[in-house]
Amino acid sequence: MAESIRITTPFTEEMSRKLKAGDSVLITGTIISARDAAHKAMTEALARGEKLPVDWTNQIVYYLGPTPAKPGDPIGSCGPTTSGRMDAYTPTMLDQGIKGMVGKGSRTPEVVEAMKRNGATYFAAVGGAAALIAKSVKSYTVLAYPELGPEAVAALEVVDFPAIVVIDCEGNNFYEIGQKPYRNFDMSKI
Amino acid sequence: MRELDVKVITENVAEMCKEAAYYLPEDVYNGLKRGRETEKSEVGKIVLDQIIKNAEIAKAEDRPYCQDTGMTIVFVKLGQDLHIVGGDFTQAINDGIAKGYTEGYLRKSVVGEPLFNRVNTKNNTPGVIYTEIVPGDKLEITIAPKGFGSENKSGVKMLVPADGVKGVKKAVMEIILHASMNPCPPMVVGVGIGGTMDRAALLSKKALTRSIDERNPMPEYAKLEEELLELINSTGIGPQLGGTTSALAVNVEWGPTHIAGLPVAVTICCHAMRHSHRIL
Repeated sequence: MAESIRITTPFTEEMSRKLKAGDSVLITGTIISARDAAHKAMTEALARGEKLPVDWTNQIVYYLGPTPAKPGDPIGSCGPTTSGRMDAYTPTMLDQGIKGMVGKGSRTPEVVEAMKRNGATYFAAVGGAAALIAKSVKSYTVLAYPELGPEAVAALEVVDFPAIVVIDCEGNNFYEIGQKPYRNFDMSKI
Repeated sequence: MRELDVKVITENVAEMCKEAAYYLPEDVYNGLKRGRETEKSEVGKIVLDQIIKNAEIAKAEDRPYCQDTGMTIVFVKLGQDLHIVGGDFTQAINDGIAKGYTEGYLRKSVVGEPLFNRVNTKNNTPGVIYTEIVPGDKLEITIAPKGFGSENKSGVKMLVPADGVKGVKKAVMEIILHASMNPCPPMVVGVGIGGTMDRAALLSKKALTRSIDERNPMPEYAKLEEELLELINSTGIGPQLGGTTSALAVNVEWGPTHIAGLPVAVTICCHAMRHSHRIL
């Protein structure tokens, strides 16, 4: 595997379009956490014609609900959660200007279409590597929905946060590319 | 009659919740190391390196291995000659969960009601508690926190006897293929065969409390475990981004069933196969 590509935020469409499925990256800058309840709250706010509490233009969203920080630490363990649960809300959120998403697991065709339309990239962090990932987080500041606890929308200052491009803005999918050479399974042969 | 105060139960459950969240069992850690040695995908090797390093950091620094510290499943074997004193037994376990998750900086991931008003209970209670009455005067507790990235990919199939071994294998593989890379592989797969729908599901959970190095004592089931593992590792799912280490083990448990039935349940566990066990 080639050396990691360093990217910094804000993450523009121009930067996004340079990345290809399978690229290994290290992210430095600010990324914003949001997961199930926050996505629901934000899409409901948009439906009511309200302004969102965060400007998502050129932001990277991290699907995350961390453990509480121990005293003296910026954050607790903080690996990615399953992105698919956000799929119903994602096209709407991408239209708000998000250019990068970090999570784990597959996305729906509707999300991939919205990614192509907006020039957005989907990254995977290693699922379950939560204590390791915490080492790259320098600060955690709640921006909105504090009542949601670990599900609050928060800004994370990160340095060299490790991730891999899974779906690029042309729709190439590394989950498929990465599995293919090692697939030797045929249900009809059982 | 031997007496055991509920305070002792609460204290022990609290400690066990923390232990389970911080320390990956040695058999699983060694399984990951073996997977790293045999993994063929270069990206898969990078992922396994991160997972192994993560386990080492979590253990050295008493930090949760994964941010999803799970819904707390508690298996209890209560000796019938033991008298629990000083309070409510179920409450004592839930008090232990609340204490452990709060003191241990674990994430509280439980909502009190599932559909209409999903409000977090803020202390990870109630746990899912299974109590079995057994001979003796001891209390045996196993804490098995379960994350929902993998739990959401688990499933049950109600087969008929004519489906046989082939049917069981196909049912398991359908669930695994549907899960694919989503439940944070390398997975550990618990399979429950027989009983009723609910008993099969429970057996599949109990299967995950057995060491990944220990095969089912019945040779036919041990062989089934090995064959299923080989099938799962031929899917290409690998350690999340493709490869040969899709699962570390398949543990099968079985139970008596009805003449007309062959229930099969699969609980998928991620690589964070956590548990803690104590006898009081």
